Amino acid sequence: MKILIKGGTVICPYNNIEQKLDVLVQDGVIARVEQEINEGADRVIDAEGKYVFPSFTDIHVHLREPGQEYKEDIASGCAAAAAGGFGDVCCMPNTKPTADSEAVISYILKKAEQAPCDVHPIAAITKGLAGEELTEMGELKKAGAIAFSDDGRPVESSRMMRLAMQYAKAFDALIISHCEDRLLADGGVMNEGVRSAVIGLKGVPWTAEALMVQREIMLAELLDTFVHIAHVSCAQSVECIRQAKKRGVRVTAETCPHYIFANDSIVQNYDAMSKVNPPLRSEQDRLAVIQGLLDGSIDCIASDHAPHHIDEKLVEYNTALSGISGIETSFALSYTALVKTGLMPLSELVRLYTSAPDSVVHLQGKGIREGAPAKLTVADCGRESVIDAASFVSKGKNTPFDGVKVYAGIVCTVYNGQIVYEA
Amino acid sequence: MLKNKDIVSMNDLSAEEIQEILRTAEFMKNIVVSGNKKAPNLQGKSVVTLFYENSTRTRMSFELASKYMSAASANISASASSVAKGETLLDTGRTLDMMGTDIIIIRHPMSGAPALLSRHVNASVINAGDGMNEHPSQALLDMFTIKEHKGRIEGLKVAIIGDVYHSRVARSNMWGLSKMGAEVVLASPPTLMPLHMDKTGFKVTYDVEEAVRDADAVMCLRIQKERQQAGLFPSVREYFDFFGLDQKKLALAKPDAIVMHPGPMNRGTEISSFIADGRQSVVCNQVQNGVAVRMAMLHLLARRRSE
Repeated sequence: MKILIKGGTVICPYNNIEQKLDVLVQDGVIARVEQEINEGADRVIDAEGKYVFPSFTDIHVHLREPGQEYKEDIASGCAAAAAGGFGDVCCMPNTKPTADSEAVISYILKKAEQAPCDVHPIAAITKGLAGEELTEMGELKKAGAIAFSDDGRPVESSRMMRLAMQYAKAFDALIISHCEDRLLADGGVMNEGVRSAVIGLKGVPWTAEALMVQREIMLAELLDTFVHIAHVSCAQSVECIRQAKKRGVRVTAETCPHYIFANDSIVQNYDAMSKVNPPLRSEQDRLAVIQGLLDGSIDCIASDHAPHHIDEKLVEYNTALSGISGIETSFALSYTALVKTGLMPLSELVRLYTSAPDSVVHLQGKGIREGAPAKLTVADCGRESVIDAASFVSKGKNTPFDGVKVYAGIVCTVYNGQIVYEA
Repeated sequence: MLKNKDIVSMNDLSAEEIQEILRTAEFMKNIVVSGNKKAPNLQGKSVVTLFYENSTRTRMSFELASKYMSAASANISASASSVAKGETLLDTGRTLDMMGTDIIIIRHPMSGAPALLSRHVNASVINAGDGMNEHPSQALLDMFTIKEHKGRIEGLKVAIIGDVYHSRVARSNMWGLSKMGAEVVLASPPTLMPLHMDKTGFKVTYDVEEAVRDADAVMCLRIQKERQQAGLFPSVREYFDFFGLDQKKLALAKPDAIVMHPGPMNRGTEISSFIADGRQSVVCNQVQNGVAVRMAMLHLLARRRSE
């Protein structure tokens, strides 16, 4: 199959290209990248006025399989990823059973063979996410685990986290930390602020996150190793990371589109679609997170795609599960909040969705250049659209952004030479 | 005429609507104190109380209010129903809808449950207390009681003292009283006050004497003993000493200030027995007015449904 993408502006952070180029895809790889290609192809995609990017990488998604296929499975989650313009996803281990054994990692990789994107499983730090015993990190890494995390819950014991980060050094393995002091969070369901005081929902202070961010930084410092902080949501976490980077600590961090796009004022009518962990914070926090992206304190954007069944959201706010089905709206929300507003150039946002997350998890080999695997995303950044949760490819229709106007729609996604998504 | 189908939050009621409820309650009070407690206002209407939490006075007073106005009424206790079998709130609500319920009165331990229910049922929903959010009928009966004793609400200073953090009574009164032009001052131990309450436009203090000084009404909130066990304050003794209402503190209020409590009272914890039974206490009036105010709420919602 030959695909010719014509007339688009290619932005490739891997090799600093930003110019109008045609791209010819043949036999699964990028065959030619030139100013004017006039060659017969099975498919010609008119990208005039549009952009061509290397397909995005999302280092934080929940594919829910094995065990919670009613929420999402590897096939549906990866189809959703393709619809969001992603070619690589790293999936979290809080499945049932937990991805804490070679068997589960192999199962995920086997299932992902048919998927329209590459799947990189993240294994658990501790067995059963219980925070008590380390998983077999060496074996798991050999089986294909790209990183280690107990995401969804923190490793509560500082000693256990120290041991995990220390042991991981043997395998150069990346630890991703879900930072939340559970005792301090104390069952809160939204950000602790004016809004929570007014509407009578129990709040989680930002301190519950920032304290553990600081803990991980100091452990990395002590052990002379590296660590990655998941879903940064508040100003003080950003500041901790900024200071740590200044003194040379090898800490990386991600934030999510919802912390960039919204604040806790959208927690309204006790509609649990806005319930997410960490919670949507104050406007000052939102601005601080954006500042963190602008000055490099935060390395990349990940969706924390957390699909849930509608029954798990159409209940009391306290009872509802946390999470946003976000992989399909990720780029559009970020674009609308960051590029449309003039805060950053498009090429920088594309970097935050491609080479930046790749470098956090040490993924290699991407980019728009001849001979590379054809993993491409065509986007129409000027196009305005309205988010329609019901039309999500993901099984999870849970989003607080249903009906919100955004820019930058994905036109088409190419994965290993095949068109795997077309709007 | 009420503009909304439901009464789930004081924020949803305009000052005019609050006045209408209070005016109607005056009329209803005549029925409550009369020898013949039978009015036809709810004839042909059905009222269900759906309580996910224990309650004596709120439930009884709604139940009597509907009976005094000839409604067909029924009670559901969460512990003795399909709720205990795992039915969701919305399924229970739809079931009640299908049975022809006109008004659902719900109490729930989680904030926002009545708001959620109201969006998914045809019946009118009255919030009879949800988590730490609101308790509108309590605020309305409190406002009725204040008006009865003071002749007005506007311009009065009302001190609300106690566990503001967990109190739905406090929140509903804050929204209601401020809308009607009263000055509301909140006092509690810092651990029982939401961190950012001072940024909501209300005066917040940790000094009960400051809150009570020159108040026209002092509203004590119930303190649950579990809060002490959860570490929110060290002992009942210290609580009463600094944050409970005693004669010395009450003496700082206006001489004719009234003392209120939503009940049930913890005598000797948030209020001294002497004050609870004293000449300034209107706690019993509150209970009596509760029935009248709830009759007014039911009547106005039912009338809206008929039109």
